[in-house]
Amino acid sequence: MDFSIASILLLDGLTNGAIYALLGLATVLVFAVTRVIFIPQGEFVAFGALTLAGLQQGQAPGTISFLLGLALLVALLDLVAALRQGRRPVNAILTVLQQAAAPVAIGLLGLWAAPQHLSLLLQVLLTLAIVTAMGPLIYRLAYQSLADASVLVLLIVSVGVHFALTGLGLVFFGAEGSRNPSFWDASFTLGPLLISGQTVIILLASLALILLLWLFFERSLYGKALRATAVNRLGARLMGISSIAAGRLSFTMAAFIGALSGVLISPTTTIFYDSGFLIGLKGFVAAVFAGLASYPGAALGAVLVGLLESFSSFWASAFKEVIVFTSILPVLLWRSLRDPHVEES
Amino acid sequence: MSQDLLNVRSLHAGYGRAEVLTGLNLRLPEASVVTVIGPNGAGKSTLLNALMGVLPSQGQVIFDGADIAGLSLEDRVMKGLALVPEKRELFTTMTVEDNLILGGFRPMRLGQRDWRDGLEKVFELFPRLKERRAQLAGTLSGGERQMLAVGRALMARPKLLMLDEPSLGLAPLIVKEVFSIVAKLRDSGVSILLIEQNARAALEVADYAYVLETGEVGLEGSAADLARDPRVIETYLGAGAKRGAQ
Amino acid sequence: MNKKFLLPALLLFALPLLPVPEFWITQLNYIGMFALVSLGLVLLTGVGGLTSFGQAAFVGLGAYSSALLSTRFGISPWLGLCAGLAVTMLVALLLAWLTLRMSGHYLPLATIAWALSLNYTMANMEFLGKYDGILSVPALQLFGFSLQGGRSIYYLIWVIALLAALGVRNLLDSRPGRAIRALNGASMMAEAMGVSTFRYKVIIFMLAAMLASVSGWLFAHFQRTVNPSPFALKMGIEYLFMAVVGGIGNVWGAFIGAAVFKVIEDQLKDILPLLLGSQGNFEIIVLGVVLVLIIKYAPKGIWPYGVAVCSRWFPAGQRRRDWDGAAPLIRRTKPEVGELLLDVVKLRKQFGGLLAVNDVSFQIHTGEIVGLIGPNGAGKSTTFNLISGVIGLTSGQVSFRGAAVGGLAAREIAQRGMSRTFQHVKLIADMTVLENVALGGHLRSQSGTARAMLRLDREEEKRLFAEAERQLQRIGMASQADQLAGNLALGPQRLIEIARALCTDPALLLLDEPAAGLRHKEKQALAEVLRQLKREGLSILLVEHDMEFVMGLTDRLVVMEFGTKLIEGTPEVVQASPAVMAAYLGTEH
Repeated sequence: MDFSIASILLLDGLTNGAIYALLGLATVLVFAVTRVIFIPQGEFVAFGALTLAGLQQGQAPGTISFLLGLALLVALLDLVAALRQGRRPVNAILTVLQQAAAPVAIGLLGLWAAPQHLSLLLQVLLTLAIVTAMGPLIYRLAYQSLADASVLVLLIVSVGVHFALTGLGLVFFGAEGSRNPSFWDASFTLGPLLISGQTVIILLASLALILLLWLFFERSLYGKALRATAVNRLGARLMGISSIAAGRLSFTMAAFIGALSGVLISPTTTIFYDSGFLIGLKGFVAAVFAGLASYPGAALGAVLVGLLESFSSFWASAFKEVIVFTSILPVLLWRSLRDPHVEES
Repeated sequence: MSQDLLNVRSLHAGYGRAEVLTGLNLRLPEASVVTVIGPNGAGKSTLLNALMGVLPSQGQVIFDGADIAGLSLEDRVMKGLALVPEKRELFTTMTVEDNLILGGFRPMRLGQRDWRDGLEKVFELFPRLKERRAQLAGTLSGGERQMLAVGRALMARPKLLMLDEPSLGLAPLIVKEVFSIVAKLRDSGVSILLIEQNARAALEVADYAYVLETGEVGLEGSAADLARDPRVIETYLGAGAKRGAQ
Repeated sequence: MNKKFLLPALLLFALPLLPVPEFWITQLNYIGMFALVSLGLVLLTGVGGLTSFGQAAFVGLGAYSSALLSTRFGISPWLGLCAGLAVTMLVALLLAWLTLRMSGHYLPLATIAWALSLNYTMANMEFLGKYDGILSVPALQLFGFSLQGGRSIYYLIWVIALLAALGVRNLLDSRPGRAIRALNGASMMAEAMGVSTFRYKVIIFMLAAMLASVSGWLFAHFQRTVNPSPFALKMGIEYLFMAVVGGIGNVWGAFIGAAVFKVIEDQLKDILPLLLGSQGNFEIIVLGVVLVLIIKYAPKGIWPYGVAVCSRWFPAGQRRRDWDGAAPLIRRTKPEVGELLLDVVKLRKQFGGLLAVNDVSFQIHTGEIVGLIGPNGAGKSTTFNLISGVIGLTSGQVSFRGAAVGGLAAREIAQRGMSRTFQHVKLIADMTVLENVALGGHLRSQSGTARAMLRLDREEEKRLFAEAERQLQRIGMASQADQLAGNLALGPQRLIEIARALCTDPALLLLDEPAAGLRHKEKQALAEVLRQLKREGLSILLVEHDMEFVMGLTDRLVVMEFGTKLIEGTPEVVQASPAVMAAYLGTEH
């Protein structure tokens, strides 16, 4: 292997690693705050990429109606729950409408905007809005009532949600894959490397997002509140920090990160309705490397996964998945020995 | 006539199938220190956990004029109840300052713009915390952790501060410090409900006291009276103790 | 065999002979094969608490091994079965060594990892045909008959499935079975009773893998083609789904779950494309939603509803009492009265910067009841856990009957004759009182997994139950022997924990807050039981908060405060001591 090939593989690994880092961060975030191992993270990636593709073709992708459907279902369930609790009907309806306003507005906007062939930037923003809005709704439907359940139960629920979303992806987008046009057609040379504008955008966007996340968690009270929920749930509740609100926020952020990742890679990879799973899984490998706890650890792990994958694909292309997934076993073993688990009595 | 800040009637609470509190009544007037003492297993912690909403309970809990029995833990915090639990529940991997700032969540959410001023007030009360503001809470000693837990609760500007065994695991000198702060707080207008195993120290600082025994109030009265009452010793060391001590 | 199984069994075996549609037979074949895998999950996940998403990979190992050997090398499929089992056992052993020490949620994640890597390996090996797989796998031959058609292999599938179910049921009602049932949530207690929890985890992991492997073998020779897609992670999740739906933890739930899954999946495959107006496999949407709903609203699956219905028509029988006259179990030689039983010398435990136990020393002689008391946070429970081997000590020595036991694991300490109860009662709720107590007899018996599955352990079981009953009589709870432990109140539960500890035939009994949460009358009854045990020559060390209970019961008290021993003496001395009063009530300023 000469230097030029190595450097191409390096760039490839880093670019993929950047995406895996984003997904790994989202996985760590959701796990730390809600103890949910969010297997369906990858579905947000696919939804992001394919929703944009749908808008590109001037059609209203199924994700818009899905969003409206979710909002309606959540509104109904919340209304019933509030009435059962004995709240006055007028108050209950007002609260429910307030909470449903955002997703419904986004959905209706989407329906109007879809055939308008808006600029790429506006379509990207719309896509992000649509998929991000799904996050808290899915949390409400599948996870909220299980806030005290064990990690294992939450994992099984995640598996169920993964199945449901994958199947729905097939309904919304069909079995064909899509690729979106590149955001930036420029290309740069750096020594033997040819760096496309899209690659630059991916790397810059990832770095920017990682920086923003860091600022959020370190500097803002809400970010600290999320961290606190993860560190000590009871302690946070005693401060008035509701773990339900924290869960909703973390799922919103995870959906956003997933959607953004999907939108970023859609010009470089053909995305199918079920492509998200493997991509999400690799981000998950990165997160496990960090014990599902450390953000810098997850970013480092992601870069390693990306490099492992790109170099494996050069040497033993058929087995690159095997190598990546088998490598998780010693990591898990090491992690599990390091973080002893107290028996649940 | 001063309104009671807290009025508890017929409180039942427990863990799983074991019922620990079997119909407890308690009153706490404003700007006073009420202490609940008693041997281990009597249900003191259960009482605080039930009042805070950590545990489900049956009965009436009237706080600041409203029945809070149906409210969630977070809602009770917003109403002005604060609990410093037995295990402190600090955010051990976050700094002392962050722990305190998180205590300010309530006033921040209630729109009180000056919530950050509370930080300086807490540092005045606990100068040692100011020295250690950038340290991780997990590295503090037992006494310092206790101070941090109380300081964090104070950041929320509570109407009622509930302390669960504040002297637990602390050296006698620190216990003295903690209880002098309790007195200071009462003097500044905070109402305090204090649960303690260390009966002597608690009775010295309190205005009124209840002695809890297997889920029910056995004795009650002004703290000064109970401090002299030999029946208190009996409750702690078993019936033979009084005879043994004579 | 219960009579209630006769009719369904007859129907099952008569079906292929009747002119039912071929489709039904095919369905039932798949249900039988799925149920085999699901059965393994009932054992591994439902009972053992080890969640596995990767059983489909073991199915693939069994299928590919036999398919490869019979097509490439012309080897008889029956030998292919053995080869498949061998390969599976090897891989399972390796994975067990790698993953079973993982705790909490790491294990299921590991199962996802190896499910993926095994599947990708299968799909990328040249000699396994990559994604096309292996074709023209020969059918099975049995005594000259070719089991080619669905109707003929049907019998083999169902005989194997039912035998497996019986084997697992037998296993769960045996000495190893009781140990396995303690793995999920009570493993600390099991170790204290002498059970090697790791060993049993490996055993059930291997059993589940072997069941899956056999299913794969049947699959290969039924479908006659093998390709990687039925052995992917998706199918692994579906097997778990079957077990969860059927009622994870019940042997027959595996069959119900498999049936429900197969039938619904087929119906959905037909209906959904029509409803949605396009082609595709949409049934996973329903699967996913149903899985979430079941977890949220019916976490024990369908089985409990079935059980509720069935128990009205076929009420469950109690265990037949057949152990009169069974030979007693071996008893250990008891120490002489007054002999030095337990010698604790300068015991110390440091947790980071916190000195929890500070050079504590005391002794217990045979025939004494000693109480360890002190205010909250004094270090009593830590001392207790150090002595019983639950946590490791920083320094100091513990000698029991002259031999050093400091630092030994809980299992070995139980072996020596020290037994204990727990502050939070650790009984297995869905086992009867008698079975719970019999778990205490683990170290005094030997039957292994194979003997248990083949029901060859009946003699030893009788001896175990006789002993368990004897211990229950000793504490006065023999009338409750057939009650489910989970249905009893806290007081009786504490007594049963003591009976279980007595079943290990200890010389020293360690009781961790035995009176906690008991009402006054129950405490009196408990105290009487303990006095009786003392009269019979047993020595007791107990940690307690309740002063009245302790004062009237113990011979000596050791008082601790801030991790240090404050004073030691008779109850009268301790009660009169001003230092003790200060420790409990607080110092004057």
